[in-house]
Amino acid sequence: MATLLLSPTFIVLVLVIVYPLLSAVYQSLFSAESGLDADGFVVEGESFVGLGNYADIFAGAESGRFYNALWNTTFFTFVTVALETVIGVAFAVAMNRAFKGRAFLRAAILIPWAIPTAVSGLLWRWIFQSNGIANDLLNTQVLWTAEGFAAQVAVIIAEVWKTAPFIGLLVLAGMQLIPEEVYEAAKLDGANAWKQFVSITLPLVRPALLVAVLFRLLDALRMFDLPFVLIGPRKSSVETLSILAWDESNQLQYGTASAFAIILLVYVALIAFVFIRVLGADVVGDADKQAEKAARKQAARAAKEAGR
Amino acid sequence: MTALTERDLIATSGARTGADARSPRKRTRGVGGAITRWVGIAIVAVYCLAPFYWMLVSSFRTTNDIFDTSLLPTTWSLESYAQVFDSSNDFGRSLLNSLIVAGTTTILALVLGIFAAYAIARLKFRFKSGILAVIIATSMFPGIAVVVPLLRLFTDIGWINTYQAMIVPSLSFAIPLAVWNLTTFMKQLPHDLEQAAMIDGCTKWQAFTKILLPLAAPGVFTTAILTFIHSWNEFIIALSMANDPAIQTATVAISKFTGASDFQAPFGAQMAAGVVVTIPLMIVVLIFQRRIVDGLTSGATK
Amino acid sequence: MMQRRRDRRIVVGLAFAAAAAITLTACSGSGSSGGSTPAAEATLEGTGPIQYVSSPDASGAAQATIDAWNAEHPDEQVTWVELPLDADQQRQQMVQNAQVEGSSYSVLNLDVVWTSEFAANRWITPLPEDALPVDELVPATVEAASYRDTLYGAPYYTDGALLYSRTDLLTAAGVTAPPETWAEMQAACDAVLALPQAAGVSCYAGQFDKNEGLTVNFSEAVASAGGSLFDAEGKPTVDTPEALTALEFLVDGFESGMIPRDAITFQEEQGRQAFQEGKLVFLRNWPYIYKSLSATDGSSSVSGNFGVSAIPGEDGPGVSTLGGRNIAISSYAENKATALEFIAFFTSREQEQERLALSSRAPVFPEFFEDQTVTASYPYLPTLLTSLDNAQPRPKVVAYGATTAAIQDEIYAALTGDKTPDAALADLQTKLTEITAG
Repeated sequence: MATLLLSPTFIVLVLVIVYPLLSAVYQSLFSAESGLDADGFVVEGESFVGLGNYADIFAGAESGRFYNALWNTTFFTFVTVALETVIGVAFAVAMNRAFKGRAFLRAAILIPWAIPTAVSGLLWRWIFQSNGIANDLLNTQVLWTAEGFAAQVAVIIAEVWKTAPFIGLLVLAGMQLIPEEVYEAAKLDGANAWKQFVSITLPLVRPALLVAVLFRLLDALRMFDLPFVLIGPRKSSVETLSILAWDESNQLQYGTASAFAIILLVYVALIAFVFIRVLGADVVGDADKQAEKAARKQAARAAKEAGR
Repeated sequence: MTALTERDLIATSGARTGADARSPRKRTRGVGGAITRWVGIAIVAVYCLAPFYWMLVSSFRTTNDIFDTSLLPTTWSLESYAQVFDSSNDFGRSLLNSLIVAGTTTILALVLGIFAAYAIARLKFRFKSGILAVIIATSMFPGIAVVVPLLRLFTDIGWINTYQAMIVPSLSFAIPLAVWNLTTFMKQLPHDLEQAAMIDGCTKWQAFTKILLPLAAPGVFTTAILTFIHSWNEFIIALSMANDPAIQTATVAISKFTGASDFQAPFGAQMAAGVVVTIPLMIVVLIFQRRIVDGLTSGATK
Repeated sequence: MMQRRRDRRIVVGLAFAAAAAITLTACSGSGSSGGSTPAAEATLEGTGPIQYVSSPDASGAAQATIDAWNAEHPDEQVTWVELPLDADQQRQQMVQNAQVEGSSYSVLNLDVVWTSEFAANRWITPLPEDALPVDELVPATVEAASYRDTLYGAPYYTDGALLYSRTDLLTAAGVTAPPETWAEMQAACDAVLALPQAAGVSCYAGQFDKNEGLTVNFSEAVASAGGSLFDAEGKPTVDTPEALTALEFLVDGFESGMIPRDAITFQEEQGRQAFQEGKLVFLRNWPYIYKSLSATDGSSSVSGNFGVSAIPGEDGPGVSTLGGRNIAISSYAENKATALEFIAFFTSREQEQERLALSSRAPVFPEFFEDQTVTASYPYLPTLLTSLDNAQPRPKVVAYGATTAAIQDEIYAALTGDKTPDAALADLQTKLTEITAG
């Protein structure tokens, strides 16, 4: 039964991912012949270099660029996802409230996520232009789109703006599962709004929040379009691993590009694994009937604690 | 099944929230609380809408004062919109293609995701964590590394210039999100309702469709909206897999807008197109938003 | 214990996925190596429908040419496969198509700087010597369409640098002729900026964002100082005094404020905007901005008050780089005979003339540049022709992507003060030597 239900999913995923993945692994073991023959044509073929591409990336002459991109990727990921989590949860709380015009608010919150990245990248590029509206409003002359910390700030602002709604919406859905009685019990015990939020809402939306954050982590680690469109390729202060892989393949270094892709994949998997281990063992955990009872118990306990 | 009315279901499920249930809480707050709340809501709205406002304003400027930083256009103009819907672009057709691709992706992802999530959340079998790990692992591979191998594969099997060449790759993001999100959701839903229903004579399938699925509605609709938008905005795969204008999606069409010369990005038209592709999504969200937020309650109390 | 078991399961799961598909690897590998190599002297055979693969064209001029062709050739219809406006994306799509040896791209509209790369990788087919009236074209455009003395593309349109200057300010300051050297330009600025009406105006800008425009501006500066990026044998020569003079002109310009600080973020459009708003005395840009600058609807504050001249250099008029496009035949195309006939038609004198009515893209036949009916619409053309007479192609190297990236990295570092000009050029020399070695 389970096989029947799961196999369609696996067929699609194998088709879309496994072939490209294996072809990337294979490709990453080769290096394009360099040089031209006597007539000026590129020497055809590729030579097997084993793990040579990987060794070059980690210890070769250009390894500084890799470590810089690795740092940028990590830095952007943790800063943006942290901010998105806070803002996203705030969105969810705002959307969950009953008030006139909340339909409007919900639509408004989704707008940043709904604008195509290519378009919003351009939008932010013009906002952050040297004579753009950002400098006008702040009354500054910051060169956001040049190299440096300002460029990183620009990317972070735009990325957080765009993706916080993703977390907000998923957390909101999680909030729908919290039984109202839990809040009522807590209220009877005199818990204020903040206490209710900390001891009821947060623990109970935790599974939904963890899934949202996990998917944001996966996406943020592969960040590409936004720094690319907003600041531009090959700017070391915003160069991510994905941009580096793109740049290599753009210069026809498919072996190195594939190696970067594999390294990025391993890095993403590692972070996802650590995240699941440290924070969310129960997300992956085998579903058993206890889970739901435990959740209820936890809710009751939380309500009690909140009342204290 | 008749033994179990919707009302019972609400009473026991705990999935009840929404405006009616919340109102008592509202009354307990003071004026100060109300002000804080409205200020908070205003901040959220401004934060989300200010850049969009800039897009909207830019789309109504004339090409010549597109770089102005005045808060309202000095001269209002529809020229950018005229450019978007210029007959040579066939932008309406592209919107329809986007709708087909994103809609099919969403439906497929939901159907497959619901089945898979049900299996993981409710059935007993081995290697569950392994399966979840493999599913999410597929959305870890950098998108730009997928394009060339997929192009080769789809060329070989004759999928170039077909919708499935755009839909199937989109699923690599949509399915993992759907499976993970729905699994979490279903796991949190109480199991005893389905058991009660089955004791009352429901089949497993009925228990699933009549009890579990409606309860999971907020999760399902949320997933639907997120995956729909994600695939609606996909660009690089759609660009590489289709070169026939009759099948290209809206994001690809936007990338082909032109300015007066090679160096001039058609900024106004791009912003106008951004508005045009965003508005239908907002309408869909407004239609579905009761579903997303109120889940079962709003439907049941009517 | 629970945790451990879970870990093992995840590992097993991943291993399963890998194992399940190893069989597929066997089929996936062979793609790029080996394969058929189109012989350089292959005859161009086959007639039938073809695809014209190109960036979009807002003017409608290229479409008009295609319509004209299609009207005459019912069995050899040309379909336009439109690529994105962004040049990087165009190249990426064409390279991808070459990777999979796709036959759905027949005729490619290539930026002049891609020609060497596409030719050396055998992605495009050499053209027969007699296919085009090469002797009648602007020589620099033919040079830019050739690789190792073999013609690979048909010049479609061309482009060169112009120096735009504010004639009103110059006249007010008593400067009568446009500057021919950098020193004259500096002197002219000193005079102009002393004027009360020049408050808030800066002297000079080009394209200095980390972008292809920076490569263009730097190689122009080097050529204008009497140097070159590569010698006749293709060896890099950027550690020369001439290159240093050129780079110092730009670096000192930023330091002294002759070039405004925000010009480091300028691509073509930002510079146009600054000049159009009256914030610059001089601007290096392409001819395309002429029309916007001349607009009389109030959008341009310099309308009627600007002039064009050849860009200045160290000791005399500077040397422009060459822009523009070539049309070439994909090696993997079907119906190559039709393709050849089509590109000859597309780039013919008659069609170039037809297109001039719709598009301001500079033709590749020199006579149009002095034709009065043409120059009435495009008054800058005579100046552009002078510019093209001296023009040098950007580095004609196969690994153009790596070359332009290296130039942008090092020059940008020098302009932003991260490196001294000497160090940047020394590093650039090392990188370019590496790129062109082998």
